[in-house]
Amino acid sequence: MSTYAPRPGAAPVHRMLLAQTAFETKMLLRNGEQLLLTVVIPTVLLVLFSAVDVVSVTGPGKRVDFLAPGLLALAVMSTAFTGQAIATGFERRYGVLKRLGASPLPRWALLTAKTGCVLVTEALQVALLSVIALALGWSPHGDLFSVLALLILGTAAFSGLGLLMAGTLKAEATLAAANLVFILLLLAGGVIVPLTKFPSAVRSLLDLLPISALSDGLRTVLQTGAGVPWSDLGILAVWAVLGLAAAARFFRWE
Amino acid sequence: MQNSPAVEIAGLVKRYGEKTAVDGLDLRIERGTVTAVLGPNGAGKTTTIETCEGYRRPDAGTVRVLGLDPIRQAAELRPRIGVMLQSGGVYAGARAVEMLEHTAKLHAHPLDVPALVERLGLGSCGRTSYRRLSGGQQQRLALAMAVVGRPELVFLDEPTAGLDPQARRATWELVRDLRRDGVTVVVTTHYMDEAEQLADAVQIVDGGRVIAGGSPDELCRGGAESSLHFDGPPGLDLGALTKVLPDGAAAVELAPGNYRVEAPMDPRLVATVTAWCAEAGVLPERLTVQRRSLEDVFLELTGRDLRS
Repeated sequence: MSTYAPRPGAAPVHRMLLAQTAFETKMLLRNGEQLLLTVVIPTVLLVLFSAVDVVSVTGPGKRVDFLAPGLLALAVMSTAFTGQAIATGFERRYGVLKRLGASPLPRWALLTAKTGCVLVTEALQVALLSVIALALGWSPHGDLFSVLALLILGTAAFSGLGLLMAGTLKAEATLAAANLVFILLLLAGGVIVPLTKFPSAVRSLLDLLPISALSDGLRTVLQTGAGVPWSDLGILAVWAVLGLAAAARFFRWE
Repeated sequence: MQNSPAVEIAGLVKRYGEKTAVDGLDLRIERGTVTAVLGPNGAGKTTTIETCEGYRRPDAGTVRVLGLDPIRQAAELRPRIGVMLQSGGVYAGARAVEMLEHTAKLHAHPLDVPALVERLGLGSCGRTSYRRLSGGQQQRLALAMAVVGRPELVFLDEPTAGLDPQARRATWELVRDLRRDGVTVVVTTHYMDEAEQLADAVQIVDGGRVIAGGSPDELCRGGAESSLHFDGPPGLDLGALTKVLPDGAAAVELAPGNYRVEAPMDPRLVATVTAWCAEAGVLPERLTVQRRSLEDVFLELTGRDLRS
């Protein structure tokens, strides 16, 4: 009997990709802190601020018509940036990325799988938030193409920044910084507080943040039914290119 | 390429900033063997192994693993090697068995996962998340992950550090089975008995170089002589004993009543010592002939002082 007789070989790459995406998604959905960040917080904010007149909203329609696009933007940021940065930071710290680096899984496939995991999670978030928003009387306008383009470019921009943080800082520093950035951008990125509430000098800077571009773009399309929001897409594209390029350049696997 | 050695390293140099971790290291590991790489902490063992695994880029020298360049031909090499890191490598929230199943899915012809789980005694912790496993269970999971892809060559970096005796033996058994089935195993260790038990070849690394290599037998045979020890009444006349011993032999009283005779050891020498004892009316108790152990060789070569 020769149980261990060598018979090496990588699995076909599509099978590796599928397995890695499924595994990463399973790890994420099992993690309580991640679910709090990606599911509970956006849902609670949507329900709470739709029901209670705490923040004064802008634009046509009901409160939920202002809030739903902002919380879709928050959902993208929570998964692509905050959640991915923290998870990847700890995977780096615990040698998971290093160990996978010696497995047959190519690095590009690992990153593709991470993107796949983010997209699957976002699809679940968007479905959940949409159902709740519709139940609260949300009436979305606009074209699906613009919405998808915004969500995808937003995901690319936040993924680049999240991976940059995870690949350069210590895991604990990433944990603290990613949460801090999440809170700051939640408050100052047009998610639930309209940017028109800020002084105009501050506002012109805040407008350039990826979260502002994403929430403003989604609101432009979904709340007012306007056409393709090119300037917001442009801002997100610049962040995506800068973030992904910096992550590719500075990411350290160990 | 099929006939190339498992590992061939020539003149490897690796620096981290000012510090030179590996300093002109040469090493050759034959296929189908178990090789133990021994050395004090900071000797350059892990850096050398990690260069073979493709994690480190050499500053000078060449490294070939299964005839391949670990960096330029990484994609070709990685499926053929199994890697066990000194620690970590597993998602904190992953359960032992699902992590092993996932690792298996990255390979074309993996081992049977339930059989491997059973073999390494991981069955009882199958649903426990990695961070809640004991140190020994984490080590065994990492070992299982290194072999599940049916590699030709396995690198184990201190696989039994911190294991209890049963788990150490289970690891040794697995290494022996790997060797029986034709897998090449490279293992770094601090445990001399582990090297003596397992290894066909031992390479002693210090100061970033291989300072001695060979089978455990070869290493223990060469160099200093073996010795004969016995206990007796304190204060024996060793001058009289030395007179009957061959030239160059020495007898010393290490502690009151504890004697050592250092000489080229053969049956005649033992007879000479016991005959002298009989003449002197001394019963030599606990008479032993000691060969050098691998630990003696290691300490002679690398020094007995603790290093920072």
